[in-house]
Amino acid sequence: MAAQASATRPPKGARTPGSTGRPRGGGGYWIYLAPSAVLFLAVVIVPFLMNVVTSFTRWTGVGTPRWIGLDNYARLLRDEIFWTSFRHNVALIVAMAVVPTVVGLVLAAALFDYIGRWFGARTASALRAAYYLPQVLPVAVAGVVWGWMLNPSFGALNQLLETVGLGSLARDWLGDPDLALATVMAVMVWFQLGYPVVIFMAGLQRVDPGLYEAAEIDGASWWRRFWHITVPQIRPELFVVLLTCTIAALKVFGPIFVLTRGGPGRATNVPSYFSYQNFFQKANVGYGSAIATVLAVIIVVVTFLFLRVQERER
Amino acid sequence: MTSLSVRRAASARRARRERREHGRVTGAGPGRWAVLAAMALLAVAMLLPFALVTLNALKSPADYSSNGPLGLPHGVHLDGIVQFWQRVDFGEKLLNSLVISGSVAVLAVILSVLNAYALGIGRVRGRLWVLVLFLLANTLPQEALVYPLYYLAKAAGLYDSRLAVIIIFTVIQAAFGTYLLAAVLGGFPKAIIEAAAMDGASRWRILWWIVVPISRPTLSVLLIFFFIWTWNEFFLPLIFLISNDNQTVPVVLGVLQGEKMMDATMSSASALLGIVPAVAFFLIFQRTLTRGITVGAVK
Repeated sequence: MAAQASATRPPKGARTPGSTGRPRGGGGYWIYLAPSAVLFLAVVIVPFLMNVVTSFTRWTGVGTPRWIGLDNYARLLRDEIFWTSFRHNVALIVAMAVVPTVVGLVLAAALFDYIGRWFGARTASALRAAYYLPQVLPVAVAGVVWGWMLNPSFGALNQLLETVGLGSLARDWLGDPDLALATVMAVMVWFQLGYPVVIFMAGLQRVDPGLYEAAEIDGASWWRRFWHITVPQIRPELFVVLLTCTIAALKVFGPIFVLTRGGPGRATNVPSYFSYQNFFQKANVGYGSAIATVLAVIIVVVTFLFLRVQERER
Repeated sequence: MTSLSVRRAASARRARRERREHGRVTGAGPGRWAVLAAMALLAVAMLLPFALVTLNALKSPADYSSNGPLGLPHGVHLDGIVQFWQRVDFGEKLLNSLVISGSVAVLAVILSVLNAYALGIGRVRGRLWVLVLFLLANTLPQEALVYPLYYLAKAAGLYDSRLAVIIIFTVIQAAFGTYLLAAVLGGFPKAIIEAAAMDGASRWRILWWIVVPISRPTLSVLLIFFFIWTWNEFFLPLIFLISNDNQTVPVVLGVLQGEKMMDATMSSASALLGIVPAVAFFLIFQRTLTRGITVGAVK
């Protein structure tokens, strides 16, 4: 936990008190940054700047880009597909960040101070492992698993419903435009849930169990203890989980590509997939770059806001 | 916290110790069993897709069409797996994934160590800005880099090569690794380094003979994380590895999902082939991972 806490904040202001004979500012150490500087420039900085510049042009990917100023951005503001894709992104933030955090919090607390106490730590960690297992999959493989489960002609889910007498509920889960987004959201909850459970349970190790028992002696119900002890105690973990999951939801691409390719129609399109379409399918490189730039700005701003709030909390 | 509740906490701790000495707490009432049952049911629901995929990957197509996905397989039928394996040359895909993820893990750890040495121990001027830059790089979506990278890789003759993917992910993972390691090395005991410097060891020697061996536990966590994260990547490998011979496991599975040629058993076989390596890594590295997942939380 100590490593995590320090990792979320750079070691700022940690000066060495009293010069120890080493040159101030660490003169000769710059050379160790040189290999990264070169690679970084080539892989991150230059491409990012190129992307920003391209977003001001019309370009098919071949020939010379034509400068069109802010036209791509003006077009974005009017583009219904773009706005729809962002609404889908918000839905995925709910599915990948909000729901897993809330449910994960309750599950972690229940495993820690209920199951762990009455049925042993082993039971608790076995259950935790079961919740976590989907997280070990590459997200594309999770998509393959569910693509098979949800297949309208041979998928297991519809069969399962029929077997338990709910055959009337069988649907073309990913092929029905009204259902596809909800289905993708459900798959993402399945995929994401274990992560907050594990992080929160690790955070709870820090909490003095005496606190709970003292509260219990005072007659506090499980829910009261949950609200007044568990939640405040693992606030740092709450921030980290919400931040990382929100960013993951904003960046989501793999599951959309594998499960629906943004369809049916545009029912599950998201900004990252929309930019991919513009780059590699529609040869609208300038427009794709504008979408990607907006996405990058949003993600950086969200990160910055989270870190600011977290800073103020301390 | 009031002193009263401190005292209560202490007495509660004592009570708990006594209770433990009396053996397992008795009287788990029906309410407790209901909670356990609900949690267990959720666990079953979470694991159900894994079980169904495994079950059906072992069926023959005829068995599947007559008994559906829920029946137990009549005997172990490996045809679906074998056919899928041969059709996509899955061994080659595994090798590609191993080569790419392994190289990235090693190279990114080396880069992270070099950077963190300068930032955490060397405390070079402006290190805060360098760290902010690395953090920014770590949060940028790959979508905002992909087209220029694609264009540059084509110009450099590296498009559709594993090398391009290795270089890109080395930098992306090292951005995170630097951020983490710089914080860890910032707390490295100065006395050791000064003693070594006094004995005439060069900075290069101090790095490889003192800093790296002492930081080994952190470095191994990073190595494993980089390996698994790279293994799991989909977006950039999808774009950079277009020819079959270069594709990684997630890419080949993701691209083929929903293809017409994939029948029910072969689809589940392909899902199983994606699950097995991931779960295997998890089991092999479980200890290191559970120690490090909270470290990885920053990503």
